[in-house]
Amino acid sequence: MSLDKPYLDVPGTTIFDADQSRKGYWLNQFCMSLMKAENRQRFLADQRAHLDQWPMTEAQKQAVLARDLNRCIAEGGNIYFLAKLGATHGKSFQQMAGSMTGMTEEEYRDMMVSGGRSVEGNRFLGEDGSAQPQRQPQGSAPKPGF
Amino acid sequence: MAKITASVYTSHVPAIGAALDLGKTHEPYWQKVFAGYEFSKQWMKDNKPDVIFLVFNDHATAFSLEMIPTFAIGTAAEYTPADEGWGPRPVPKVTGHPELASHIAQSVIQQDFDLTIVNRMDVDHGLTVPLSLMCGALDKDKDAWPCPVIPFAVNVVQYPVPSGRRCFNLGRAIRRAVESFDQPLNVHIWGTGGMSHQLQGPRAGLINADWDNRFLDRLITEPEKLADLPHIDYVREAGSEGIELVMWLIARGAMSDQPPTVKHRFYHVPASNTAVGHLILENNA
Repeated sequence: MSLDKPYLDVPGTTIFDADQSRKGYWLNQFCMSLMKAENRQRFLADQRAHLDQWPMTEAQKQAVLARDLNRCIAEGGNIYFLAKLGATHGKSFQQMAGSMTGMTEEEYRDMMVSGGRSVEGNRFLGEDGSAQPQRQPQGSAPKPGF
Repeated sequence: MAKITASVYTSHVPAIGAALDLGKTHEPYWQKVFAGYEFSKQWMKDNKPDVIFLVFNDHATAFSLEMIPTFAIGTAAEYTPADEGWGPRPVPKVTGHPELASHIAQSVIQQDFDLTIVNRMDVDHGLTVPLSLMCGALDKDKDAWPCPVIPFAVNVVQYPVPSGRRCFNLGRAIRRAVESFDQPLNVHIWGTGGMSHQLQGPRAGLINADWDNRFLDRLITEPEKLADLPHIDYVREAGSEGIELVMWLIARGAMSDQPPTVKHRFYHVPASNTAVGHLILENNA
């Protein structure tokens, strides 16, 4: 019997379950290494060389180099692990979260100050809220990633 | 005999810690958040507990993917604030209460909840931000938190997280455990995390104030029914990280069966990506 996944019809959302965790194991464990200052320095000095020390897939490495958190999550990353990557690049949680929406930092911050993203139209795939696939990207950020 | 006299509920947004640590508390954006905790800081001084039992979640800090305990109780004498990637927060070390923690572990495990016992654990913003909100800014070397803390970490990172029902019943087991400890300690239990927020994907930034306020209402008046809410409702209505709210049910389950007194209630949007919710409930019996 496969895992019961009642959450697959929530738009713009990837639940970090056992399948995602298995897929992203080394990507996430690499992120854990960035909790040490010396590893952060080593990574920033030569990102590719540092990544090559980990048994990650090429797609995972490319997503990390592109600082594209949606791609990292698709490859099995979890946001609390990926936050260490953002922190290493000097980014806040708000900058990281916003980077996954296609909005600029200012656009995302304005949305939050105005009460955040509405749940209306964003509960189920097939509705027409701002998080639905047909509405991406949502803002005027020049490129994906932070 | 030890007794749980009050419970505190609060979001634990990392940016709140950063605002405190970087001296941004006077900025209008953050003033609106901290204003909601002015009452709480005074209440903490007036009602200082002997021990805080602090329910929180580890954000891939002490627990990587190598080990994922569903419920982990800290029985150590001391816990160090963690480096989550931005450097450790400049706050005092957290002193534990090994005797009470070990007693609770023994009692709760014998009530059929399989806790993981942890003697070494760095604590992240999930634990230190609620302490800062309730106790104010403290110097990491010269000051100390007002009392010992028992950290209780719940897995809400990798699905499946424990159900609301399981959390509520665990709270009841913790209540019985505390009440069977033979020292006259005044214990507060805190439930942290939430409220509505989503930190990932194109749906990042989701906030559902109506749902959050209904959750606060029901947590006060009908927690047992609220505990029946399935995971998917949290995810769909309050965002993927809104699932942290199951932790509030542990604290609520540890309270008396009699209706509590609501000492304080606060709700504000936003703090960074998140809706901030906060309650202080006191036991009457």
